[in-house]
Amino acid sequence: MKIRYFAWLREAIGTNSEDLTYNPDWKNVADLVAFLRQKSTAHHQALKDMTLVRVAVNYDYVDLDHPLTASDEVAFFPPVTGG
Amino acid sequence: MSIEITENDFDLSALYARLRQNGAGAVVLFVGLVRDMAGDDSITSITLEHYPGMTEQQLEAIRTQAMQHWQLKNAIIIHRIGTLEASAQIVAVGTAAPHRQDAFEANQFIMDYLKTEAPFWKCETSTQGKKWVEARTSDAEAKKRWAKKR
Repeated sequence: MKIRYFAWLREAIGTNSEDLTYNPDWKNVADLVAFLRQKSTAHHQALKDMTLVRVAVNYDYVDLDHPLTASDEVAFFPPVTGG
Repeated sequence: MSIEITENDFDLSALYARLRQNGAGAVVLFVGLVRDMAGDDSITSITLEHYPGMTEQQLEAIRTQAMQHWQLKNAIIIHRIGTLEASAQIVAVGTAAPHRQDAFEANQFIMDYLKTEAPFWKCETSTQGKKWVEARTSDAEAKKRWAKKR
């Protein structure tokens, strides 16, 4: 599955995307976040407080209990500030 | 194209010309500009990042909601990305309707939703350095008022 990062999360983690092998044990977005936090100190810091982060799966906003599939694109980013 | 994400500046008279077609009786044009101050800091430029694909999908969904709820002849959204200088045009929303109230309300609705749903992020460069702009609670409040009306 594809993971995308934007704005300060992209800068904090040091990449705009990464490809992960889907693990069927990940029941939802919260499980994926728990996995990502273990990847590096930078991941841990960026994803420490999920109240500061919005999540989209396949371009739609979702909550942390949203289920995942192997082909999902999951994006993490701060609240939007366009306009 | 009703939704346009572009690095280029946009021409309001061209946008207006498109909205005048098809028997509109009222056209509302909103333009958002780069502010030159953020608090006490003087802004030299902002850089706009977006999420290609999701941005278009979210804006299309907002536009469709507006077209369904108000009596509109047309609605056009243009949003710029990349680095913009102070006072540059960032966003334009144009709504055309048989009567002005629909054009006014739909235009505000589109902007309020764009502000809180469309995945764009602003990074400000000021005399104090670079800083990601934080979301404003007033923008979330502005969106909520439509929930009552719809």
